[in-house]
Amino acid sequence: MSSAAPDRNEVEPLIETVELRTHFRTPRGIARAVDGVTLQIRRGQSLGVVGESGSGKTVLSRSIMGLLPRNGVIREGSVRYGGEEIGNRTPKQMRSIWGREMAMVFQDPMTSLNPVMKVGKQVTESLRLHLGMSSSEAMAVAEKIFRDVRIPEPTRRLNQYPHELSGGMRQRVMIAIALACGPNMLFADEPTTALDVTVQAQILDLLSEQIRDRNMSMLLVTHNLGVVAGYTDEIAVMYGGKVVERAPTKVLFSNVKMPYTEALLQSIPRMNQPSHSRLAMIPGRPPDLVNPPTGCRFAPRCAYARDVCVREEPPLVQAETPDHTFACHFPVGSAEYHERRVELNRASTTTAEVL
Amino acid sequence: MSTTNNSAGNQDEVAKKKLGFGFWLCVTWLALMVFVALFTPLLPLKSPTSNFLDSSQGRPPYAPSWKHWFGTDKDARDVFSRTMHGARISLTVGFSAITAGFLIGGTIGVISGYFRGWIDRVSSFVFVVLLSFPSLVLAILLTSLIERSLLTVSLVLGLLSIAPVGRLARAATMQYADREFVLAARQIGAKDRHIIIKEILPNVAIPMSSLALLGMAVAVVAEGGLAFLGLSVEKGITWGGLIQLGSDASKTLEKAPWISFFPILMLFLTVLSLNFAGDRLRTYFDVKEMTL
Repeated sequence: MSSAAPDRNEVEPLIETVELRTHFRTPRGIARAVDGVTLQIRRGQSLGVVGESGSGKTVLSRSIMGLLPRNGVIREGSVRYGGEEIGNRTPKQMRSIWGREMAMVFQDPMTSLNPVMKVGKQVTESLRLHLGMSSSEAMAVAEKIFRDVRIPEPTRRLNQYPHELSGGMRQRVMIAIALACGPNMLFADEPTTALDVTVQAQILDLLSEQIRDRNMSMLLVTHNLGVVAGYTDEIAVMYGGKVVERAPTKVLFSNVKMPYTEALLQSIPRMNQPSHSRLAMIPGRPPDLVNPPTGCRFAPRCAYARDVCVREEPPLVQAETPDHTFACHFPVGSAEYHERRVELNRASTTTAEVL
Repeated sequence: MSTTNNSAGNQDEVAKKKLGFGFWLCVTWLALMVFVALFTPLLPLKSPTSNFLDSSQGRPPYAPSWKHWFGTDKDARDVFSRTMHGARISLTVGFSAITAGFLIGGTIGVISGYFRGWIDRVSSFVFVVLLSFPSLVLAILLTSLIERSLLTVSLVLGLLSIAPVGRLARAATMQYADREFVLAARQIGAKDRHIIIKEILPNVAIPMSSLALLGMAVAVVAEGGLAFLGLSVEKGITWGGLIQLGSDASKTLEKAPWISFFPILMLFLTVLSLNFAGDRLRTYFDVKEMTL
């Protein structure tokens, strides 16, 4: 893997999905959790996947990795890893890739560590499994990784059970487990959601530092745009199982196209707002994945939606800057958007006057 | 700072990890019984089959005395010695029955809880069928049909414990199979067998260990019941057989209550100990679960 020429790595993405679909059979019908996602992640690059609960972001990361439940899943489309098709592989065939080539850090370190196994053993397991190390060799490596992820007193910690560690420490252990075999691709599924706010930044700093040092790629799943801002190169915004906008992080924050992304950005509380000011929110609920609305899936909740939005699904189109795509008929900045904007402003001022 | 943390942690552990005096009393009793069962032939006991006729005392049964601590039965055989020998078969049957139940039922339960799908549907159906038989009737039926050796009686009782053990194992496995640590183990490339043995089994073993003791108590009682009906191990002395001997038709229970009383007492204390220890163990591990 590492012997490949660097310029080739520049060109060829490490991970590439084409029209990836993951549907679940449920008693109510087929839930389209991921519905035609095409994306690429280059080596050394980190992509943030942002969306509300139920937007399919977690299922997307697990579909790419092939970590889906055994029963009731339909997965279509292509997933390529290093140019090789892995979308049609069975879990048995994926085993050599899991841990060695790609690994995942889960949301809640409380449930993702085995409560009755010493953490040292949990870290060394993959080393012994994949690299055939003896237990003493593996322990030495584990101790080194514990140092890398800044776990104080690594020798003592290795012999402790998960309940003896704090939440932040447990997540560090999870990261150590994921890094143990030196994967090229790391999936981080809301790695800070279950943690204390004060620890969140530490964990994210640690993740991005390790990614940089080890020249890994990362897919960071989160519902918090604030989190991805400082830690990713690119952002993909998901809504109702689809990617609705994708851009380099800086571009996205300066030049939003999709009203949904704009609404997400507006619902981040800001330090410079006066205290007790009302937080902007998106009215309505995320779409039903069993019976998604026709046309644009965001249209029922979108302030700028028109008739065509409900009828026709907008395709992903290229914005003026490169690498920036979005799916919207009347993107932020278009004439129709401004027209509606003025109407909305007028309406809100009149209600304010009435009040 | 680490030292203060340590001492606080230790104090917590001491406070939590108390099983209590009663538990240890029960364990001591059980250890004593196991010791007796293992080493009966080596212990300085009177022969359980000899007749200690004493012409000065007239016709047996003789009441408990210095010579015969638990008295003798109608054939002047020493009840104490017989009760000690009875521990052997009763405990062996109890232990091997629940072991068989755990090996078969536990394996099926864990596998069906982990893989779900059709395996689960088939095994759940088998469990339901097994549970819908009245167990004592099934045991009576089987033991009256086959040769009643130590092995067959154990297996029959083991068969009856498959369904309850299997269902608990299945439920406990399902509870853990959905936890993320199983997914975490899968995503580092562990095989199903590895996950079941290394990740799930240690977790499932906690609730199962207390069930093992409770189940053994049930098996010992069931063996007693079968023996009382004359359907337990044919050659040999069991507690149930002794109880039956002391409570036959000719008013033995009224005239010589000690013949059944002492085997009953042993059976009672042993089953009580098993139940109590199992129960304490369960609450003890529950507490540990909650702190996680």
